[in-house]
Amino acid sequence: MSIEIPKDKWPGAVQTVTLGATAEQGGTRTKVVTIGGEQTLPFMHFESETPNRPVIAMEMSSSRPGGWSQVLQDTWGDVLDDPAKWAQACEQAGAELIVLMFGLTDADDNPITPDFAVQTVKAVLEATGLPLVVLGPGQVDIDNAILVPIADATKGERLVLGLCEEGNYRTIVAAAMANDHLVLGRTPMDVNLAKQLNILMTDMGLPRDRIIMDPTTGALGYGIEYGYSVMERLRLAALQGDAMTQLPLMVNPGFESWKTKESKVGEGVPDAWGDWAERGVHWETVTAVSLIEAGADVVVLRHPDSLTRVKESIDELMAAEPV
Amino acid sequence: MALSGIQIYKMLPQTNCKECGFPTCLAFSMKLAAKQVELGDCPYVTDESKQQLAESSAPPIRLITLKGKDAEVAVGNEVVLFRHEKKFVNRPGVLIRVADTDEKETITAKVEAATAYIVDYVGLDLKLDGFAVEAASGDAATFTAAVDAVRKSSNLPLILVGNDPAVIEAGLTVLDGEKPLIMGANAENWEAMADLAKKAETALGVEAGTLEELAELTEKIQGKGVEDMVLHPTGQGMSSSLALQTQIRRLALKNFRPLGYPTIAFAGSGGNPAKEATLAAHSICKYAGFVVLDTFSPELVYSVLVLRENIFTDPQKPIQVLPAIYEINDPKPDDPVLVTTNFSITYFSVANEVEGSGLPAWLVVADAEGMSVLTAWAAGKFDAESIAKAVKQFGVGDKVSKKVIVLPGHVAVLSGELEEELPDWEIRVGPREAVDLPGYMKSALT
Repeated sequence: MSIEIPKDKWPGAVQTVTLGATAEQGGTRTKVVTIGGEQTLPFMHFESETPNRPVIAMEMSSSRPGGWSQVLQDTWGDVLDDPAKWAQACEQAGAELIVLMFGLTDADDNPITPDFAVQTVKAVLEATGLPLVVLGPGQVDIDNAILVPIADATKGERLVLGLCEEGNYRTIVAAAMANDHLVLGRTPMDVNLAKQLNILMTDMGLPRDRIIMDPTTGALGYGIEYGYSVMERLRLAALQGDAMTQLPLMVNPGFESWKTKESKVGEGVPDAWGDWAERGVHWETVTAVSLIEAGADVVVLRHPDSLTRVKESIDELMAAEPV
Repeated sequence: MALSGIQIYKMLPQTNCKECGFPTCLAFSMKLAAKQVELGDCPYVTDESKQQLAESSAPPIRLITLKGKDAEVAVGNEVVLFRHEKKFVNRPGVLIRVADTDEKETITAKVEAATAYIVDYVGLDLKLDGFAVEAASGDAATFTAAVDAVRKSSNLPLILVGNDPAVIEAGLTVLDGEKPLIMGANAENWEAMADLAKKAETALGVEAGTLEELAELTEKIQGKGVEDMVLHPTGQGMSSSLALQTQIRRLALKNFRPLGYPTIAFAGSGGNPAKEATLAAHSICKYAGFVVLDTFSPELVYSVLVLRENIFTDPQKPIQVLPAIYEINDPKPDDPVLVTTNFSITYFSVANEVEGSGLPAWLVVADAEGMSVLTAWAAGKFDAESIAKAVKQFGVGDKVSKKVIVLPGHVAVLSGELEEELPDWEIRVGPREAVDLPGYMKSALT
């Protein structure tokens, strides 16, 4: 029996975006990361080549993060107090990209200053050759106060700056444009809001190959299905040719899953939840793999074991069968 | 997929006799396609057309129900590729595999623990669906003893796995009045397996590495009178399994009958639970009808069952709880008032934390159209006005003497407006995440 395999032929493709710049390209990175470029739904190798594999980023903080699960604190140990060492540890664990998150305060509980922020970014850039994503603490005035000097001090590195949201995108986009950086736009789990922000940012003249979008997701058990479906719908719209959805997707299974009770709490939980540390890693990997199936180009993780497991899945998913 | 009006029209007499009550055959066929009339309303339709139309109205993926001693699991009947199009219908069955070469005590302990497993998730009891017993020994007596051991420890539905029909038949003797799945039929043994499935009235798993081989086998087996089949595409690796599962789903939805059956995926990786979690997630997201794990460990099973629940939730209807004031731990008039939304995950996260803290509180659940705090806030469904409305509607002011209301930390920005809406109340900002509520209540509210 011969069967005609139904193949989708899409008119659109996802924008290819390169993060980081080598010395030749005007930066100091020893490695760059290229994402996007898909012309099919995830891993449909029988339809078209998947040009770039999904990338695993590791999340780290400007100082020891207050609310992190004890499981993560025990795993990483002392490097949590030193951003440079932490970045190196992420690279050794197999990260392809570093996400540096700034908290509102430094290790001594003083509010962070632009100078501290610039020094921290420089220390991380010196410690690792990986491309870097830099995220402010998420308060518009403080984000603007630190991201602009960071952008100025690292001109040409093709950092990813964020978060761009509807309230603050102008300042961050302008800083990125002036200094050859990229931006990360985040919108709360909605296809149209994601499109809207991309329109606003490109209207300022920011080229599409310098935008990554974070459509926001929930963790396993805490709304993953909403993020999952928004990502599938964004990717379908992109392939159908809607230019303002044709940007690579970056999501945070690490952040989302490690704030759930399942991952954060080891005592006084039901026996049916099983082993705490292993549950935390399962929670993160199941969240991450599901979102990769839905079209994630970058997943940001927190636990090195999750990285190993998710990487193995990506290796398998990228193994193309003959077309 | 159902036929279009035009396709149906071609099977009608095209005489426009009007006896069906419609002016033309085309008008009648459009109504048929929309399932608003019955084919029987046409007095002149041929038997051949009747049969074709009946076939086309059958679901594109056959519903397969396995029956154990006192439990069932039904899979199939899916009609879409993406969950946002229309709800995924039947949750995949999640089963645990044991081998007949395992020690009897090992089998019994594993099966008993897995059968007893039950975990609460947002008020739902999540459980496993059954067991796959593998005839790894190749010996009929050993296999029968293993099936018997499983059956003595559990009443859940079973899958009997092995390629020797005689061995499988021996195992079936233990299962009286049940409907297990036996697998699998392949190019060599399909005839004997089909005879056995027919005789024992079981569902039959069909195994092959390509779609062509699978389709050829199901057609031959159907010719033997077996209707209930489950496909086991035996591609190696996640990429291959994703391609095969996707192609089977696409072809089935195009009404390609030879592949119109649910599929099964074995996520066991030689007992490596790390890999089983990722393979199970992959299979649940992308189209498996049954997912079989090798490892039974609570933390693995919990994460897999929650993902299944999430992916198979109806996207049109977020799971909600009733907007109301909920009393937790017998609150008194001087106990605090907490506010959240009516998204059930949000409600249960908050309610479970407060309950677990042992501290009494009044929990006001505002109608946010079933969205979480942040999503509802971003969508304008959870603002100072709607919170004030809920507080007034539920008569919260009459129940409490100490007018302190605690907002979720994610919507701290609303506190100013809420003060204007509720001038008699003291507005406080609580933690962002439910998990931090007990600590906050102990330190800031007592």
